[in-house]
Amino acid sequence: MMGHMDLEALALTLRLALVTTALLLFLAVPLAAWIVFTRSRLRPLIEALTTLPLLLPPTVLGFYLLVLLGPRMAFGRAWIALTGHPLAFSFAGLVVGSVIYSLPFAVQPLVAGFAGIDTALLDQARLLGASRLRLLGRVLLPLSARSVLTAVVLCFMHTVGEFGVVLMIGGNIPGATRTLSILIYDQVQDFAYGQANRTALLLVVISLAALVLLYSQRRSKLGEARRA
Amino acid sequence: MLEVPILEVEVQFVRAELRLEAQFELRSDWTVLFGPSGAGKTTLLRILSGLLPPDRGRISLGGRVLTDTATHVNVPPGQRRIGFVTQQPALFPHLTGRANISFGLGTFGRAESEQRIDEMLELFDATSFANRRPAALSGGEQQRIALARALAPQPELLLLDEPFAALDIATKSAIVEKLHASGVPVLYVSHALADAWEINADAVVLEAGRIASTGAARDVLAPYRDRLLEQLGGGVASDARLRA
Repeated sequence: MMGHMDLEALALTLRLALVTTALLLFLAVPLAAWIVFTRSRLRPLIEALTTLPLLLPPTVLGFYLLVLLGPRMAFGRAWIALTGHPLAFSFAGLVVGSVIYSLPFAVQPLVAGFAGIDTALLDQARLLGASRLRLLGRVLLPLSARSVLTAVVLCFMHTVGEFGVVLMIGGNIPGATRTLSILIYDQVQDFAYGQANRTALLLVVISLAALVLLYSQRRSKLGEARRA
Repeated sequence: MLEVPILEVEVQFVRAELRLEAQFELRSDWTVLFGPSGAGKTTLLRILSGLLPPDRGRISLGGRVLTDTATHVNVPPGQRRIGFVTQQPALFPHLTGRANISFGLGTFGRAESEQRIDEMLELFDATSFANRRPAALSGGEQQRIALARALAPQPELLLLDEPFAALDIATKSAIVEKLHASGVPVLYVSHALADAWEINADAVVLEAGRIASTGAARDVLAPYRDRLLEQLGGGVASDARLRA
């Protein structure tokens, strides 16, 4: 049976994953389109910055975010002046950290999807007078639907399983920043292996279900050949 | 023969393997742009359509300036009123034939758009397969939809880059007839003489990036026809169309 702590952490984790995924899609779609189609010399730098969270230890990212969001930096001070409380150790702070930490998981599949679209189709869209928004909505996104799904599932699951960044910038506050992965850490620290097992199994089931959903959308080569 | 040129072109475009310097006018409703592979025909069409900016030059369509590097004019492809169809139909695979045709009709009202789509489908005998997606269409059917899509927004010029190379002669003839019926001026590109030969057309010959000759097709293409017939065995033409 799931305890109160488990349910609270599960609800918080799902809320964090949903908010992060929605924000990431909003950011990553135009960013990925820019990376694929720009001729700017800044492209390699921007692409490297978006990929960096993939390579950095979460503690490095968490540390810098903690400093940035804290009262010593202008951004942190401005946030406190605006809301009355610091961004660090709050749900909003977790969202900021999660968005940055999972950015590559949204951008990379979308870049691959957009780059794989036949340029002849993009030429036709331009010849037929499509605006950038129409090109995105009518051509790029529909033709990259599987990449969009991959980005959504990866972002969601990456956020659900996030540990280092959450611990660094969120701390361990029940109901506010204690996610499932932090809860497992707590339970193990308390030698409550039975509870830790239940919480861990919950994460395994959620992750497996998400991956089955993702892979069920991919047709096997053999299946495609039979359909052809 | 029209008094005012349909299209006036003077462009220069230099890349590693191609030096394109072309100056010509279109005055006929059907003009063949003929030349060997690698002469720069496709590059020239991409420049005319606005997909590729020239290094230098000026392009005007019916007196309207589309490109002028001296005054930094470069009208975007979608505002040039030029249709462009290539050998690859490039239909949007997730849309039906009908939705493909409607794609370029964003400025039309709903009723006007539907009427225009029906007209195009009728012109190209495509009504029966209009609600299918491209994957369920034959090559000829896809090309009919691609032409209908290019003509639907009422362009002032249609660029055709070897669009019938993969089609049989009967299908090609039927489609060409429909294109003549549309009344839209056509610049038709081919490297194959049998494909390019149109007795009542003008021709522009492009060789190694330069205009080698222009004029009536029967005059301009005659030396190429004679050379081909000679290669085929002293007048034993395999293709009756070349003897027209």
